[in-house]
Amino acid sequence: MAPVTYLEAIRQGIWEELERDERVFLIGEDIGALGGPFRVTEGMSERFGPERIIDAPVSEQAIVGAAAGAAHMGLRPVCEMQFIDFIACAYDMLTNYVANARYRAGLATPLVVRGPSGGYVRGGPFHSQNPEAAFLHTPGLKIVAPATPRDAKGLIKSAIRDDDPVLYFEHKYLYRRVKEELPDPELLVPIGPARVAREGADLTVITWSALVWKALEAAERLEREDGLSVEVLDLRTLAPMDDAAIAASVRKTNRVLVAHEDTRTGGVAGEIIARINQTSFEWLDAPARRVAAHDVPLPFAPALEDYVLPQTDDLVAACRALAAY
Amino acid sequence: MTPARPAAPPPEGLTTAGLVELYYWMRLTRSLEERLVSLHRQGRVVGGVFRSLGQEADAVGSAFALDRTRGDILAPLIRNLGSMLVQGATPLEVLRQYTARATSPTRGRELNIHFNDLSRGFLGQVSPLGVMVPVMAGVALYFKLTRQPRVGLVYVGDGATSTGAFHEGLNFAAVQRLPLVVICENNGYAYSTPTRLQTAVRELVDKAAGYGVPGVRADGNDVVATYQATRAAVERARAGGGTTLIELVTYRRKGHAEHDDQRYVPPGEIEAWEKDDPIERHRRALLTEGWAGEAELEAVDRRVETELDDAVRRCLEEPEPEARSALEGVYADPPTAPVEWYRTLPPSLPGKAGH
Repeated sequence: MAPVTYLEAIRQGIWEELERDERVFLIGEDIGALGGPFRVTEGMSERFGPERIIDAPVSEQAIVGAAAGAAHMGLRPVCEMQFIDFIACAYDMLTNYVANARYRAGLATPLVVRGPSGGYVRGGPFHSQNPEAAFLHTPGLKIVAPATPRDAKGLIKSAIRDDDPVLYFEHKYLYRRVKEELPDPELLVPIGPARVAREGADLTVITWSALVWKALEAAERLEREDGLSVEVLDLRTLAPMDDAAIAASVRKTNRVLVAHEDTRTGGVAGEIIARINQTSFEWLDAPARRVAAHDVPLPFAPALEDYVLPQTDDLVAACRALAAY
Repeated sequence: MTPARPAAPPPEGLTTAGLVELYYWMRLTRSLEERLVSLHRQGRVVGGVFRSLGQEADAVGSAFALDRTRGDILAPLIRNLGSMLVQGATPLEVLRQYTARATSPTRGRELNIHFNDLSRGFLGQVSPLGVMVPVMAGVALYFKLTRQPRVGLVYVGDGATSTGAFHEGLNFAAVQRLPLVVICENNGYAYSTPTRLQTAVRELVDKAAGYGVPGVRADGNDVVATYQATRAAVERARAGGGTTLIELVTYRRKGHAEHDDQRYVPPGEIEAWEKDDPIERHRRALLTEGWAGEAELEAVDRRVETELDDAVRRCLEEPEPEARSALEGVYADPPTAPVEWYRTLPPSLPGKAGH
């Protein structure tokens, strides 16, 4: 069996759900004849027709709003944001309408909003963002951010089947850079549980999405150069957060670094560290640390982008400081 | 009282019974709001009271044009109490919402007429204006994708026509030829802002051309004209003719809510519109055209008051919600509710005295 890229894994997952459940439909910009700028929906319009693969006007609020209305009626819409940066255009619809619909009105809104997220691709300020912190703060949404092809496929399928709105943040840096074999014909990865990407004993790096791969690189180097055994916990799902897995790893290694690609202030690391303080403070042998992007809009030039975003060297340095504390 | 001359034929699309029913719904709307004002003054209402005084005809007439046997769905605005009642919301439900009872349709989570029941054909509004246009486009998209001959109706005010959501939703509905009727109730004011500061178009219905949909303008204080304009758009939508924008011209005789003293309204304006009261106007038409007699309408008035007496009495006996119920129902799957985790932590950790 040929290995499958992260992008192809997403495409397979959506395709299989379209085949399985006629309530599933797609709505987004340029997803039909073009197949989306990254080709995630390639071939779908031909197979499922333009009524189920809807090329929408440039109207993120209408895309998400119409999906919400259709979802109330029992359909299962999957919305594509052409770049996840543009989810901000639908922020009102997601936070003031979709997220609270079940709570305030008893309305089921089983929809997915997905799109290419993240940097390291010279995308500049409007094609590189990681919007998870803004939405993690909103009760009623689920948020997933896979790092591997297996999780990418298993989580998109679970997201489409979920009875609540799910934001699915896929990382465009990983689209064609990671591959694995996916033999399981019915691959479902549950929303919620984290994954231990690498077992370790001396410290834990908690992260998700593309930074999982940099954390694994850092762990290799630290083992080779420092003899440190680093555990990497890939959260996979940010909401609901796997507090049990976080506490288990922290209580095992007693030292923790939280790393994310999004900017530092108000970032998700702050929330995770607050939770660790509440559940596992007595187990810590060092103050929890974080590595995140600098608090600036993401610049375009390679030298600038590389400086602003967390790199493997940053993770190695932070781990060394933690181990030496 | 016997009519002075033989009854005129009812207006197209309506029966005599239907004309009296329109009177009932408008009367019920106004009296229910009057009860709410009285309860508000007694401190029984939580939050504000939003009146539709003078706008009852546009709400009732337009909703009456939907087909409740075929599952048409509307999304109201704050001054569409009448539309909700026509679709089957009950005064008791509205009272429970306004008085924040545990028994309210939203169990105390939401206020006033922000509640819904898709099986009865109404999807509750939210406060950000215009948002329901894309959402109702989605409901209409469902009708289209599932080949059901059902129609959606969504209300916006003059103010909401300035929002991005209105534009995106109407444009999407138009380009997809969705069975959706968008009604703009032009009541002169968005809170304190007059329509002339909201838009540079001469009439709001002129915006229809920008979306490539038919635009219709009608007298919102004439319940029959409102009904007929909406009915034509609903039937066009049901037949596959797509979306229509209707402007109903009316006037908001009270403030945005009860607390608003309307200091921004020019002197004499409210009084001028009082002379065109939609309920009085319809009542006069019923009597002069011979569609109803005085005694019949008085019986309707009495029926409304009796129904409201019962609803108010029952509502005030009902409990407030349990505080802890505030944590329920954020997600379909209760264990994932994020607040619960934080609150249910043990106060101290094992083996760590003093914490």
